[in-house]
Amino acid sequence: MRIRIAHAISYDYAEPARHITQVLRLTPRDHDGQHVMSWRIEPSIDGRLRASRDAHGNIVHSFYADGPISSLAIRIEGVIETIDLAGVVRGGLEQVPCEVYRRDTLLTGRDDALCRFAADAAAGAGTPLSQMHALMAAVGEHMTCVEASGRSGIGATAAFAAGEAIAQDIAHVFMAGARHLGMPARYVSGYVAAAGGLPHGDGAHAWAEVHLDDYGWIGFDCANGLCPIDTHVRVAVGLDYADAAPVRGSRQGGEGETLNVLVRAVAAEGRFANQ
Amino acid sequence: MVAFDEMTGSGAELRSAYSALDRWLKDTPAETLALRRSQAELFFRRIGITFAVYGDAESTERLIPFDIIPRVLTKPEWIKLEAGLRQRVTALNMFLADVYGPKECLKAGIIPPDLVYRNACYQLEMVDFKVPHGIYCHIAGIDVVRVDADTFYVLEDNARTPSGVSYMMENREVMLRLFPELFATHRIAPVDNYPDQLLATLRSVAPRSAPSDPTICLLTPGQYNSAFYEHSFLADKLGVELVEGSDLLVKDDVVYMRTTQGPKRVDVIYRRIDDDFLDPLVFRGDSVLGVPGIVGAYKAGNVTLANAIGTGVSDDKAVYSYMPEIVKFFTGEEPILKNVPTWRCREPEANAYVLDNLENLVVKEVNGSGGYGMLVGPHANKAQIESFRHKLKAQPDGFIAQPTLALSTCPTFVASGVAPRHVDLRPYVLSGANGISCVPGGLTRVALKEGSLVVNSSQGGGTKDTWVLDA
Repeated sequence: MRIRIAHAISYDYAEPARHITQVLRLTPRDHDGQHVMSWRIEPSIDGRLRASRDAHGNIVHSFYADGPISSLAIRIEGVIETIDLAGVVRGGLEQVPCEVYRRDTLLTGRDDALCRFAADAAAGAGTPLSQMHALMAAVGEHMTCVEASGRSGIGATAAFAAGEAIAQDIAHVFMAGARHLGMPARYVSGYVAAAGGLPHGDGAHAWAEVHLDDYGWIGFDCANGLCPIDTHVRVAVGLDYADAAPVRGSRQGGEGETLNVLVRAVAAEGRFANQ
Repeated sequence: MVAFDEMTGSGAELRSAYSALDRWLKDTPAETLALRRSQAELFFRRIGITFAVYGDAESTERLIPFDIIPRVLTKPEWIKLEAGLRQRVTALNMFLADVYGPKECLKAGIIPPDLVYRNACYQLEMVDFKVPHGIYCHIAGIDVVRVDADTFYVLEDNARTPSGVSYMMENREVMLRLFPELFATHRIAPVDNYPDQLLATLRSVAPRSAPSDPTICLLTPGQYNSAFYEHSFLADKLGVELVEGSDLLVKDDVVYMRTTQGPKRVDVIYRRIDDDFLDPLVFRGDSVLGVPGIVGAYKAGNVTLANAIGTGVSDDKAVYSYMPEIVKFFTGEEPILKNVPTWRCREPEANAYVLDNLENLVVKEVNGSGGYGMLVGPHANKAQIESFRHKLKAQPDGFIAQPTLALSTCPTFVASGVAPRHVDLRPYVLSGANGISCVPGGLTRVALKEGSLVVNSSQGGGTKDTWVLDA
């Protein structure tokens, strides 16, 4: 599928900011399941944008701008060609030993209840792969996915207790469970195209990947109840949301920040389809 | 358990290093000593050398009790100890360069990879990054304990932001003022060149792009940190600016310090902020202590951080148990300093033994420090032992256990007069581009409670001046 993505993140400041630093993980990479045909990141103000690569192999842009800045918009546009590989991720840049992804982090810590839940979910399943499918089904059943607008993550334990969470915390719950079962698990931030009729499509999304000896990394999207198909575009991975967050920033001044995010990810039509 | 005594050995003989001190203790009238002790306390109060105890509601700042009877090491003892420390710190730096680089020691099976990879202190940001001049651990505080005349054990390698060196210096300062006669009758190696050595070390590791006179600053978490006194003390002695995170600014991967003359570029940062709080853009996003962008500047090669990020993977207590093999692997030599025998609770057999012998062992949390999260079996009550038994069963990975060591004792003033109390020693080892240096001695910490083996100042320990006799 050819997916066209338009993503705009805009900040308005009641009081102008004197200096802004942002770390952007907003650029996808190629792997067997996806090919980046075009991609562009454009801040609305002058500044220095430096590309680098982080520990996980994500493309990172550091953006520095001097004020006074009363508004800043980062626009991302691109076209991605995807293939349905049933969630299997191959041919990407893997620079971290998968053992690293068994670590617990602040957002993927787990309590007894979550551990029991994961163990119960996997109990009847045979192979590690079917255990993970069972865990995905159990998490999908236990957790209600709510829209992200205006909410921020609270971490696996709290989200599990609440039974309702945004997609990133549902991924954290799944990761905490998978790690409890001894599997390396990582966080994925990306986009889902509206095309597939999925309950949580059309826009920015988050899911998890588990490393299985026989397959390598496989994605599990509990909110949508499936392993990622050709509607999913992977952008960045990490130990948890904080590690793979699309934007991490700091500023001096700039009190009274208001944030607006617009994301559209759609199956490309017209000239994009033939591009 | 009879411990080796620094003054009298295992029996009644007087060890030669202490002969003059012994005579002085006997000859000096008790009132004079009492007067000097109160003067010493007054000095410390005036200097304002305090530390904060976390979780103590009564006072946020406290004096560390100072004992006026020094701990004495002979020159031959020190020479051997120093050789061992140099070897150990060399190995620590090589280990760090290896786990963040080619990972030969993991391939060779010297240490289980998951101990490194699953360790939260193994900072992924540092993988394949070349630190300036190849040095990770510029300032190390290696805790050693003595069990007999010839045997020193390393208890802990502190490779992150070891503190206490200001006490080493202030203790000497106070002793010089109170007991000039002792310094006339002993040839004691000086420690007051520590700031010079530290400054030389920091200057030597400046980025290659830095000017010949690099700008150095000391980054503190602020006045609420337990070691804030030391941060201001060291900045003053080094003649460098003491800064907090909000005093630094990163632009285009270059770190600047706000000054009254405008931003000034910084080349070397002696940082006393933990990794997790150093940069809210990379580590904990809720940190207000750090400097946004500092990791980017570091990785761009525009600034040197001392110590490097991620040194914690080398002083972890689980990794500690592999240090003899690590020393051998990297230096090709037999370790000069021994490790305390350690049971790794992650190994089922070891854990079974530990669970059976909890009342005789010291159990430590792998990631704990400062004497927090530790069980001293022989001194613990039933409830404490049971709580650790539960923890060990639930999470064996998180713990190691060691035999209760008979730490050497040193005569110490207590309420009832002079009595032996257990001591340890933290020498400070500096690694720069021009090699390793180590001032003779270090900080002697003493457990003031009778029979207590916990010397941490946060747990009621005191300090002593440490003498290395030149002759």
